[in-house]
Amino acid sequence: MPKQTPLYATHVRLGGKLVDFAGWDMPLHYGSQVEEHHQVRRDAGMFDVSHMLSVDLEGAGAHDLLHRLIANNVDKLTVPGRALYSCMLNPAGGVIDDLIVYFFRPDFYRLVVNAGTADKDLAWIAQHAGAVAVKPRRDLAMIAVQGPNARAKTWAALPGAEAASAELKPFHAAWLGDALIARTGYTGEDGFELMIPAERAEATWNALLATGVKPAGLGARDTLRLEAGMALYGQDMDEQTSPLEAGLAWTVDLAAPRDFIGKSVLAGRRPDRQTLGLLLIDKGVLRSHQKVFTALGEGEITSGTFSPTMSRSIALARLPTGVAAGDSVEVEIRDKRLKATVVKPPFVRNGKVLIHDN
Amino acid sequence: MNIPADLKYAQSHEWARLADDGLVTIGISDHAQEALGDIVFLELPQVGHKVKAGEECAVVESVKAASDIYAPISGEVAAVNQAAADAPESVNQDAYAAWLFKIKPDNVADLDGLLDAAAYAKIAAES
Repeated sequence: MPKQTPLYATHVRLGGKLVDFAGWDMPLHYGSQVEEHHQVRRDAGMFDVSHMLSVDLEGAGAHDLLHRLIANNVDKLTVPGRALYSCMLNPAGGVIDDLIVYFFRPDFYRLVVNAGTADKDLAWIAQHAGAVAVKPRRDLAMIAVQGPNARAKTWAALPGAEAASAELKPFHAAWLGDALIARTGYTGEDGFELMIPAERAEATWNALLATGVKPAGLGARDTLRLEAGMALYGQDMDEQTSPLEAGLAWTVDLAAPRDFIGKSVLAGRRPDRQTLGLLLIDKGVLRSHQKVFTALGEGEITSGTFSPTMSRSIALARLPTGVAAGDSVEVEIRDKRLKATVVKPPFVRNGKVLIHDN
Repeated sequence: MNIPADLKYAQSHEWARLADDGLVTIGISDHAQEALGDIVFLELPQVGHKVKAGEECAVVESVKAASDIYAPISGEVAAVNQAAADAPESVNQDAYAAWLFKIKPDNVADLDGLLDAAAYAKIAAES
């Protein structure tokens, strides 16, 4: 039986089409994935992301644990509430998971990890935690409110939210009682991710609904993140892929003297693959696992879709090192080879299309 | 579920309608378009292409996935609906108006081997 989030009954009531996602019964859409996508780009939508797991790390060694455990550098986090995106690597430099870490105190951090990797992550963290307490927070629900009007509508819906979060810069979070309001997301739009006690999830969702925030499913979440050029764990990277190959070099801190798991492998190797975007020139739809033919050899699409904002097909692809934005390539779709152009993601940010034909 | 009584259906969710000119119009059922979600691309066969019953002859792609469309009967492709290819969302709006292609059947009696609306309704309810 798939697991259910605290908002399961709400999704059923709203007519959500529920599918099994990483062992959870989650709404794919509530009618039209494309309309939900546009709703987020143009106004405000909300996603139940309670399947993702918050993990609190508490204890004097929390800072040192994260120093060793993740590829980005928690020393960048100096202000309470500051968030950082990072990969957690295995000793071979492959990605165990990608996560967000929130800093509150040197002895208190919160990680948010993917649903499908949560058990594996917890086991891995516990193995290195020593005296640091590792507390999975299944008592929390998580709602992502995203879109140009997401913040204003959240403030209208939740008493005290504006006072708590009006001054928050992107990638910062603040407490509202026992709830955490973070100015983060996975859509390329402004907005919040709200971590709230599960028993208040439905009331919070309904208050947002009443101020005009519309429900959006995992389908729209996927097209939004792909337009925003954001990687999806299990698809764009996994334990066999290094963050340097997955377009995540910007999240890996090799410069600081600190050691972290996987560092020696990454530091000593120039990757022969890289991740870039593709824009399909011919008609069709790019999908994951389609082969890409470049002047420097073959590559593969890791995520592909039809972009509702651009009305054409886009993809992230693993390509040979040396292939560059502007190059023409071919993608094998069924029995045909279709023309595509290599581009540098993101495709869309803050409602604006950033990639255009030459 | 919208399953017009005057059409024939394939188990693979295509509908077929015989017209006075002897051509059989093919599309996908309302149930199929709903299951696929927002349709964004149609790959239609070439006019003149010979198809066998049960053979893949078109592709309907929604935002989430690509689905093969099978010829419900054998024959020759006599026409394709370019207007639907230019506006794939029309299949979501009215799956019975936005036909995909027409087949000149090898044998009109093959239509009798397809499902009627009642039989298809059972299959659609279970899938």
